[in-house]
Amino acid sequence: MNNQSITFENVSKFYGEILGVNRVNLTIAPGITSLVGPNGSGKTTLMNLMTGLIQPTRGRISILGVSPSNPQELFRKVGYCGQFDSFPRGMTGYEFVKSFLSVHGLSPKVAEERAWRAIERVDLIEAAHRKVAAYSKGMRQRIRLAQSIAHEPVVMILDEPLNGLDPMARAETIRLFRQLAQEGQHLIVSSHILHEVDKMSDRVVLINNGYILAEGGVMGVREEKMEEHPMQILIRCDRPQEFAARVFASDSVVEAALHQDKQGLFIKTRNADAFYQLLNKVVVENGINIESVSPVDDDLNAVYHYLIGSNGGGQS
Amino acid sequence: MSAAVEVQEVKPEASGHDWSLWLRQIRAILRIEVSKNFWGKRALLLYLLAVIPVFLMFLASIIDTEGGGADIRRDWQRAQLGFALTYNVLILRTVVYFGCAWIFMNLFRGEVVDKSLHYYFLCALRREVLVTGKYISGLVASIVLFTMSTVGSLFFLYYASGYPANHLFDGRGMTQCLTYIGITILACVGYGAVFMVIGLFFRNPIIPALLAYGWEWVNFLMPPLLKKISIIHYLHSLSPIPVSEGPLATVVDPTPAWISVPSMIVFTAVVLFLASVRIRRMEISYGNE
Repeated sequence: MNNQSITFENVSKFYGEILGVNRVNLTIAPGITSLVGPNGSGKTTLMNLMTGLIQPTRGRISILGVSPSNPQELFRKVGYCGQFDSFPRGMTGYEFVKSFLSVHGLSPKVAEERAWRAIERVDLIEAAHRKVAAYSKGMRQRIRLAQSIAHEPVVMILDEPLNGLDPMARAETIRLFRQLAQEGQHLIVSSHILHEVDKMSDRVVLINNGYILAEGGVMGVREEKMEEHPMQILIRCDRPQEFAARVFASDSVVEAALHQDKQGLFIKTRNADAFYQLLNKVVVENGINIESVSPVDDDLNAVYHYLIGSNGGGQS
Repeated sequence: MSAAVEVQEVKPEASGHDWSLWLRQIRAILRIEVSKNFWGKRALLLYLLAVIPVFLMFLASIIDTEGGGADIRRDWQRAQLGFALTYNVLILRTVVYFGCAWIFMNLFRGEVVDKSLHYYFLCALRREVLVTGKYISGLVASIVLFTMSTVGSLFFLYYASGYPANHLFDGRGMTQCLTYIGITILACVGYGAVFMVIGLFFRNPIIPALLAYGWEWVNFLMPPLLKKISIIHYLHSLSPIPVSEGPLATVVDPTPAWISVPSMIVFTAVVLFLASVRIRRMEISYGNE
């Protein structure tokens, strides 16, 4: 098994007769990988399988060469911030983080240092000595994040980590994730906020009904779907009709449609590179003034829409 | 949020032999669990339970029945017998039994209900160590509470008969007290292991706990072989004052202490092993609870 990546080999999980995930083959390299799919698609099941909270019905999982059935080794490398919004009773934020660092086996002094460091990272120093039960939802989310990163793992598994955070805290958290990823850590994140996933992810895993539909960089996944769903490009220019007439003859263009305001046109193409070369040629030869060229559907939202069939904006 | 980031794996300090790591982890679990057992809301019921026999013995020590048979202040022999009966029926079969059921079944089941067990499962911790740590924490709570309950009850027994000079330090008084305390501790050890495993194996542990209670109660009617498949039989065998089990009881020779005590310990070890096997396969699925 690969000691540098997270691998799923033909993994299936059934809850009785209900399918959790089926025949998952996946290799996750360092960086930020986002799990994207609607509710009940199997994202949390994958995360729980990675952390040994549930066991696969079939197949093998390896986290940097360690099996999830070996928690003593696994959680020296892995931190998991799940979606369970529950805490041991009666603890303050600081006690919560420090207590479980002690359970990891750290000495009280080191546990104390790391607890404060983690609490500082999530900006909860002032509330650290308050009971967790009195925290707001966003604060509870942040203290759970602190608890999951406090032992400084190299793999972080984060189930909807942006839930309940205000915009400022979201931006800070994404910045923290990016920084950790740049340092070679694995971050596996599930989020239903697709534009944020798009912004922070190095790659995405699209999952639906327990099956992996696609994986890779957003652009790579988009290109894979080019045949079924030609890429749409919006071109703003001074003579859209003439431009349309010039490019329509090309094999690379599937469709050309004028924009409602007559100031631009939508081009559908199955070969974006060839189209961009054609665009240069047409512009130079005909003196058309191009104001902007922008792909309309090469983002995660479009990929999600094409693969899963609904608008991704509100899905999880 | 701070941008300062340091990346390193958890390397528990006392590297070397795992035993030192496990002991440190057990200490950490104890710190969490013992305070929960003593100060959590669930502890209230335990305090009430533990105080019942003390309160009853207190009443018995102050109520003058004017020569009636129940007055423990007048007839030391009857007082001892009365206490043995109280200890057997009230302390052992009720307070310790239900108290241990409450403490030990909640060690895991309570955390599943609170949806907080996964925090332990997400630590670099062998699950067997978790079982051991939780079991010891339950033992600490149950032994402290029920030993105090036993000692408190004994205090009023001896108080009524002229404590401390009279019966406690003369003759076999102290030995009897220590034996009662020892039986209480052994009951916590045995019942604790049983209830912890019940809490791990059953989603609704009340039914098996009540079935076990029924088994322990009808134990006196059982044929000799079945009689020995119970915890109460071994605890009875250790009792300093033999208590009659009634006219319907099957007569069986008490098991000597040198067999009873090791048997209970071996039994506990086997039950803890079962708990360890179970917890290794345990999955977190709060949604199904």
